[in-house]
Amino acid sequence: MFGKLSLSAIPLSEPIPLITSFVVILIALGVLILITVKGWWPYLWHDWITSVDHKRIGVMYCLLGVLMLIRGFADAIMMRTQQAIAIDAPGYLPPEHYNQIFTAHGTIMILFGAMPLVLGFMNFLVPLQLGVRDVAFPTFNSVGFWLTASGALLVNVSLFVGEFARTGWLPYPPLSETTYTPGVGVDYYLWAVQISGVGTLITGINIVTTVLKMRCRGMSYLRMPVFCWTALASCLLIVAVFPVLTATLAMLTLDRYLGFHYFTNTAGGNPMMFVNLVWAWGHPEVYILVLPAFGIFSEVFSTFSGKPLFGYRSMVAATLFICIVSLMVWLHHFFTMGAGAAVNTFFGISSSIIAVGTGVKIYNWIFTMYGGRVRFETPMLWSMGFLFTFTIGGLTGVLLAVPPADFMTHNSMFLVAHFHNVIIGGVVFAVFAGLEFWFPKAFGFRLHEGWGKAAFWCAFIGFWVTFAPLYVLGLLGMTRRLQHINIPEWAPWLYVSVAGVGILILGVIAQVVQLVVSIRDREKLRDVTGDPWDGRSLEWATPSPAPFFNFAVMPNVEGEEAYWGIKLRAVETQQLAEEPKYEPIEMPVHSPVGIFTAFFTSVFGFAMIWYIWWLAGVALVAAFAEFVVFAWRDVHEYEVPAEEVARVDRARRAAREALLDRLSRQGALP
Amino acid sequence: MTDLELPASVGAIRRIREDPHRLGHRAHGPREPIVGAGHGETGPAHKRIIVGYGFWIFLLSDIIIFACFFAAFAVQRGSTAGGPSIGEIVDTRRVAWQTAALLLSSYTCSLSFAATNLRDVLRTQIFLLLTGLLGLAFVVMEALEFLELANQGFTPQRSGMLTAFFGLVGCHGLHVTVGGLWLATMMAQVQVKGFRREIIHRLMCFNLFWHALDIVWIGIFTIVYLMATVA
Ligand code: HEM
Ligand SMILES: [Cu+2]
Repeated sequence: MFGKLSLSAIPLSEPIPLITSFVVILIALGVLILITVKGWWPYLWHDWITSVDHKRIGVMYCLLGVLMLIRGFADAIMMRTQQAIAIDAPGYLPPEHYNQIFTAHGTIMILFGAMPLVLGFMNFLVPLQLGVRDVAFPTFNSVGFWLTASGALLVNVSLFVGEFARTGWLPYPPLSETTYTPGVGVDYYLWAVQISGVGTLITGINIVTTVLKMRCRGMSYLRMPVFCWTALASCLLIVAVFPVLTATLAMLTLDRYLGFHYFTNTAGGNPMMFVNLVWAWGHPEVYILVLPAFGIFSEVFSTFSGKPLFGYRSMVAATLFICIVSLMVWLHHFFTMGAGAAVNTFFGISSSIIAVGTGVKIYNWIFTMYGGRVRFETPMLWSMGFLFTFTIGGLTGVLLAVPPADFMTHNSMFLVAHFHNVIIGGVVFAVFAGLEFWFPKAFGFRLHEGWGKAAFWCAFIGFWVTFAPLYVLGLLGMTRRLQHINIPEWAPWLYVSVAGVGILILGVIAQVVQLVVSIRDREKLRDVTGDPWDGRSLEWATPSPAPFFNFAVMPNVEGEEAYWGIKLRAVETQQLAEEPKYEPIEMPVHSPVGIFTAFFTSVFGFAMIWYIWWLAGVALVAAFAEFVVFAWRDVHEYEVPAEEVARVDRARRAAREALLDRLSRQGALP
Repeated sequence: MTDLELPASVGAIRRIREDPHRLGHRAHGPREPIVGAGHGETGPAHKRIIVGYGFWIFLLSDIIIFACFFAAFAVQRGSTAGGPSIGEIVDTRRVAWQTAALLLSSYTCSLSFAATNLRDVLRTQIFLLLTGLLGLAFVVMEALEFLELANQGFTPQRSGMLTAFFGLVGCHGLHVTVGGLWLATMMAQVQVKGFRREIIHRLMCFNLFWHALDIVWIGIFTIVYLMATVA
C-alpha cells in the first residue's frame, strides 16, 4: 500500500534532522496560521499563486531562491564547523549524515538557490527591458515556476522523510546505482532535479521566444540592453543542455528502477558515459548561471557610472562567444579519468580560451567606470567586489584548466575554492546587486542604504576569509568532502575558514535587517519617480512598482539605451512627450494550472521515490485530466479598459512632470 | 470555384502563398522587414508565429534528448555482455511495416492540416483519425517486438546493448504514444469547439510534433535497424 514508506523513514533517532524538521514545520505552520488569521489567502491566491504576470513570477522565483540559499547556507555552516572540530576527532556529524549534507548543499545551492534567482531576474526584467507586456507564454511561465518549486519541496521533504543522496551533487555511478546506494536518497535527488529541470526548460523556451520574437517596435537586436543578450545566451544554453540532463537522469532512473545497464559496472554498462553526459550539461550550467549575472553587472556599471556601457558590441560578441565555447569544454572536469594526452590538450586549450571572452568583459566594465561619475551605492559595491573576486576565480580556473596542474589539484580544496570563487563572486554577488537595484521596481521603495553596505562588506570580507584558506589547504593536499581530518597541520587554516563563516553570518543578518528596516521605513524610502537610480533602459520608464501591464502604450525605440534617449529629450525640451491616445489592453487571465501541475508532480515524485505505484498512477491520470480541463477553457485574455490605462499612465506622467519641475527649479536643466 | 472543391493540398498551397507573414520569404534581398513577423524593428510577432516558434524550440530540445539516447546506443552497441548482438535481434520485415505505417501517418497528418487550413472539420477529423490509427499500428508492432524479445530473454537487463536499444526505441515509442493521447484530445476539441484560433495553433504544433517523431524514427530506422543488418 505505501511502498517502501513506513514510520522508520522519520529520523526519530537522529537529533539534528529531527529538530530541524520540527522547527521548519513550526515556522511553516506559523506562517500558514498568520495568513489565515489575517485573511490574506484570497489576495495570495489571486495576486500571486495563480498570477501569470512575469513580474510576480519573477519575484516568487527570487523568494524561492533566497529561501533555498538560506537552507544551503545552513548546510555550509554545518560542514565548516564539522571540519574545524573533527581534527583527529569524530566531530558531531556521522559520516552518512555528513555525506548527505554536502550533497544537499551542492544540489540546493546550484539548482534551487542560484537557478531560481537567475530565472527570476530574467523573468522580471526581460519583458520590461524589451518594452513588452509579458513573456511569450505567460501560463507556461507559471507552470515552470511551480515545477521548480515542486522540486525544491521534494528535496526538503527528504530531510523529514527518509534521507537524501550521499553521492555528491552529481550522482556519479556506479556509486549511485542501487547496488551501492539502495536507499531512497538518490531517488529523491533524481525526481526533484528531473521535475525542476522541466520547469527550467519551460522558462528557457519562454525567454528565448520572447527575446527573439517579442521586442517592442524599434528594438532591434543591437539596441537590446546587455542583460537581454545575456538572458538570451543563458536560455539558449538551457534549451540546448537541460534536455541532456533530463536524458541522463532518465537513464540513471531506468538503471535504478528497472535494472537497466546504462551506467552499471556490470553487463556492459558504462559509468564514464554518465560522467560525460552529466558534464555536457554541467559545464554549460555554470554559464547559464553566470551569463545573466554578467548582464546584471553590465546594467549596474553603466547606470552607476553615468555612462553607456563601454564596448557594447564587443560585450554582445563576448557573450555569444562564451555561450558557444562553453559547450566545448566539459571534459576539463575529468582530466584525470583517462582520456589521454591529445583529448586533454584539446579541452585544456578550449577551457583557457573561454577566459578570453570573460577578459573582454572585465576590461569593458573597467572602461565603463573610467571617466564616468561613479556613484558608490550598494549595487555598485557588489559589482566592484565582483570585479575583484571573479577575476581571481577565473584565474584559478585557468590554472585548473592546465591538465598537468589539474592532476595535482583535481578534487582538492583548491577546486572547491575555485568554484566558490566564481559562483559566489559572480552569481551571488550579482544577485545581491540586482536585488538592491531592481527592488524599487518590484515593490515601490528602495532598500536601506547603510544596512546594504554593511551586508556587502561582511559578505566580501567573509567570502575571502572563508575561501582563501581553502586554496592553501588544497595546495597542502587536502581533498574535498572529508568528514574528518587526521593531519593537524591543516587545523589553523580550517579555523580561519570557520571564522570567515562567522563573518558571512553577520552579512546574512545585515541583509535580513536591511529588509526589515526598509519595510518599516518604506514611506521614507518610497520611489515616487519610477527612476530612482537615473537608469538607462526601459524598465525605468515605468512607475514603481510597475503596473501589471508594464507599459500603457508600447514604446517605440529609436536607439540604444532606449529610456536614456527618452529622458534626454524630456530634459532638453523641458516637457514630456505628448500624451498618447490610450487604448484598451488585452492581458492574459490568471490561471491555477501551474500550482495544480506542481501539486500533481509533487505527489507523483513522492510516490515514485517510495515505490507507491498506485499513487503515481493516480497522479499521472489526474495531471492529464487537469491538462485537458485547462485546454478546454475558452477565455484566455481579458481587456483592461482604456480609462484604467489612462488613469495609471496619467499618474506616472504627473510624477515625471514633478521630477522635471524639481530639476529645473534646482537649475539642473540646461 | 470555392476553396472547398479544391483538393486540400492545392488549397493549402494557396493559403501558404497568402500567408501574411511570408515566413521563410525574407532570407534574400534587401526587402523591408514584415510587420508581425517579429523581425528587426517591426515590433512583436503575431501570436501564431510566437506559438510556432516556441514549439520549434521545444522540438529542438526534445531532439537533444533523443540525441543522448542515440549517443548511448552508439557507445553501447558492442556491449553485449555475452548476449545477442544487435544483428541477431532485429526483424527487418516488421520494421519495414512499422516505418511504412509511421511515414504514411505523417502524410495523413499533413492532409489533416491542409483540411484544417480549409476549415473543413470532417476531413480534418478523418485524416487525424487515420493518423492516429497508423500511429497505433506502429506502437502495437513495437510492443509486439519488445514482447517477442523479452520472451527470448532479451530484456534490457540482459546487457548494455539491449539497455541502449530498448531505451532509444522505447523513448520514441513513448513519444508516439503521448502524441496519440494529444491527438485524441485535439480531435475532441475540434469537434466541440471548432476552429478557434488557439485550436488551430495547437493543431499546428501537433503537426510539427508528429513530423519530428517521424524524422527521429528515420534516424532510428537507419542507425539501429539498417546498420544492424549490414554489420
Ligand atoms: C575562467 C573560466 C573558467 C575556467 C577555465 C574554469 C575551469 C574549471 C576546471 C578545469 C574545473 C575542474 C577542476 C577539477 O575538477 O579538477 C572547474 C570546476 C568547476 N567550476 Fe570552473 N572554470 C571557469 C569558470 C567557472 C565559472 C564562471 C563557474 C560558475 C559560475 C565555474 C564553476 C565551476 C564548478 C561548479 C566546478 C566544480 C564542480 C564539481 O566538481 O563539483 N567555473 N572549473
Ligand atoms: Cu567546467
